[in-house]
Amino acid sequence: MSDVVINIENVSKMYRLGEVGTGTISHDLNRWWHRVRGKEDPYLKLGEENKRDSSGSGQYVWALKGVSFEVKEGEAIGIIGKNGAGKSTLLKLLSRVTAPTQGIIKAKGRIASLLEVGTGFHPELTGRENIFLNGAILGMTRPEIKKKFDEIVAFSGVARYVDTPVKRYSSGMYVRLAFAVAAYLDPEILIVDEVLAVGDVEFQKRCIGKMKDASQNEGKTVLFVSHNMASIESLTNKAIVLDNGRVDFTGTPRQAIERYFEQLAKNTAMSLAERTDYNGDGSIVFTNAWVEDERQMMVEEVMSGENVYFCVEYEIQGTVDSYDAVEIAMGVYTQNEAIVTDLWNESTGTNLNLKNNKKGVIKCKISRIPLNSGSYYFNIYCKSYSEVRYAIERACSFRVIPGDYFGTGIMLNDDAGVVLVHQEWSTQ
Amino acid sequence: MNKENASWSIIIEPTRGLFSINFKEIWQYRDLVLLLVKRDFIAFYKQTILGPLWFAIQPILTTAVYVLLFNKVAHVSTEGVPPILFQMAGITCWMYFSEVLIKTSDTFITNANIFGKVYFPRIVIPLSITLSSMIRLGIQMGLFFVILAYYYFFTDSNINFTWAAAMLPALIILMGLQALGLGIIISSLTSKYRDLKYLLTFGIQLLQFTTTVAIPLSQAEGTLKSIFGYHPFTAIIETFRFGFLGSGQFYEGYFIYSVVFTFISLAVGLLIFNKIERTFMDTV
Repeated sequence: MSDVVINIENVSKMYRLGEVGTGTISHDLNRWWHRVRGKEDPYLKLGEENKRDSSGSGQYVWALKGVSFEVKEGEAIGIIGKNGAGKSTLLKLLSRVTAPTQGIIKAKGRIASLLEVGTGFHPELTGRENIFLNGAILGMTRPEIKKKFDEIVAFSGVARYVDTPVKRYSSGMYVRLAFAVAAYLDPEILIVDEVLAVGDVEFQKRCIGKMKDASQNEGKTVLFVSHNMASIESLTNKAIVLDNGRVDFTGTPRQAIERYFEQLAKNTAMSLAERTDYNGDGSIVFTNAWVEDERQMMVEEVMSGENVYFCVEYEIQGTVDSYDAVEIAMGVYTQNEAIVTDLWNESTGTNLNLKNNKKGVIKCKISRIPLNSGSYYFNIYCKSYSEVRYAIERACSFRVIPGDYFGTGIMLNDDAGVVLVHQEWSTQ
Repeated sequence: MNKENASWSIIIEPTRGLFSINFKEIWQYRDLVLLLVKRDFIAFYKQTILGPLWFAIQPILTTAVYVLLFNKVAHVSTEGVPPILFQMAGITCWMYFSEVLIKTSDTFITNANIFGKVYFPRIVIPLSITLSSMIRLGIQMGLFFVILAYYYFFTDSNINFTWAAAMLPALIILMGLQALGLGIIISSLTSKYRDLKYLLTFGIQLLQFTTTVAIPLSQAEGTLKSIFGYHPFTAIIETFRFGFLGSGQFYEGYFIYSVVFTFISLAVGLLIFNKIERTFMDTV
């Protein structure tokens, strides 16, 4: 049972930044010339860590660097990490879409990823023809498909349309048929990238359902990439945290998720003044963002139901020293990157004028904060005269701890959702 | 090392040896090749009234134009063979060659979407193109034979069949492999540098005039003759015409040159393709 089915040894992947253009051919020639003389690839040395926010000087980055781990049969492994940490690159290597730059990956059995759903479907072909074609693309032989054909059709629920070109299908039917083929592929190792499935809710649900089935009922090996920490925790029994292309942590899902949040916090602990990853013309910049409690003291944790202040410190750059009618929005998000609400001065009809002072603090008071316990962060977006001045993600992270929102001493569990709502009950 | 690796069914490594083409794996995907051939064929005529007849219209019109241009206006001799048959023989062969070449050279770009999601031996695509174009060639050859039969039985044209007609299967395979070899070389290069693709689309139009599509080798002199001689496709067209029309002759030297050229380009193509297919997703 505990056989190793995937062995990843010191795998690295380098990407070239910028456009493939006139510079490429000279690099190729140079690389070739080094190889002819038996020397190391000169550009491999140049690769930098893949930190998207700090603009490095090199043209090459390591999307993955020295990644090693093992997957045992029957394990359900979650892979988490910030955007750009290398999750999708890792999956691409595993599904053999592209080859690693260094290192070796060994696997036992067929690897199938649910991102393949519907690849190679031709709109002019009928459902029947597409099942065969798609099945063959995914690596099934014709007898195998024939054997499963009836089941696939039954599972997809498009039996009546099976001899109609798929271009006449509704999008739901199309997805169901495509998914049915992939579901009957019956691989030994299943890869699910939820991040890439974003946009189609039904599809996403099916992926998760299929995955649950495969790992819990059929004992299949599953690799699961997601930004949704709740599904990572419920669906996997081991998790790997990637950071800048390296394995940062391996352990239980719960530990890994904590580690991931620490990573995010580390990023936001940096003062805004030092960060360069903002958008906008920068004529107004924000140098600090924090949360204050009722007593107007800077805190990292607030209690549900407490009055809190979201504060940002601004600095006007350049020669202009006053701005009328500044528009500021703070988007509040959960750490899973789901938006909770947008705090926006215009929505309250408040005018913000930054007059005659180059520096200052803008505060937004929230009475009885209606957030359930958990980790949150807010973004800053600032606009004036319909020009974006400054916009930054994850300006400030904060935690909400259980508090007496309802005034009854009763608190909700942290899986009871994100918001708390003032409510009045009656019978009539 | 080998013993240790034997228990793994998939091994993903950075660079593969130049000569490690996995023929066994390609064979495992033979069903896919056939299904792709079927797809190409069906998708072509779906929702058309004339269906596969469209395959016949193109060579007929091209033949009409060439007969008018080369034989009626320019008075190029066809060595006593009816000009329609002469032109059609060349055009039928050349059209197959150019179609396979153009389509395979686009392999990586047109299939980037599928290649970006699923792994299968990439060579499956050019192989299926070579085969599906053969269906088209079959229809066009059929048309040629119908017209040939008409001239043979109902007119007193000077048509002689020779022993070279028996080489037809070999000629078709040679055409296919030659186009495939050149096509995959170009496709490997265009995955990174698109320039070649543009060069090819108009180059292929000009290229047919550097071989004996419209003008017989016997009529060419000087520079033209040596250009024709260097073109590996010349021997194929000449042999085809010699076999079915009795015009020209079988040029042994040119033919051997064509065979050698085909196999060298195929070998080079397979090697480059094999190397490129692993990482082209990063550059396409």
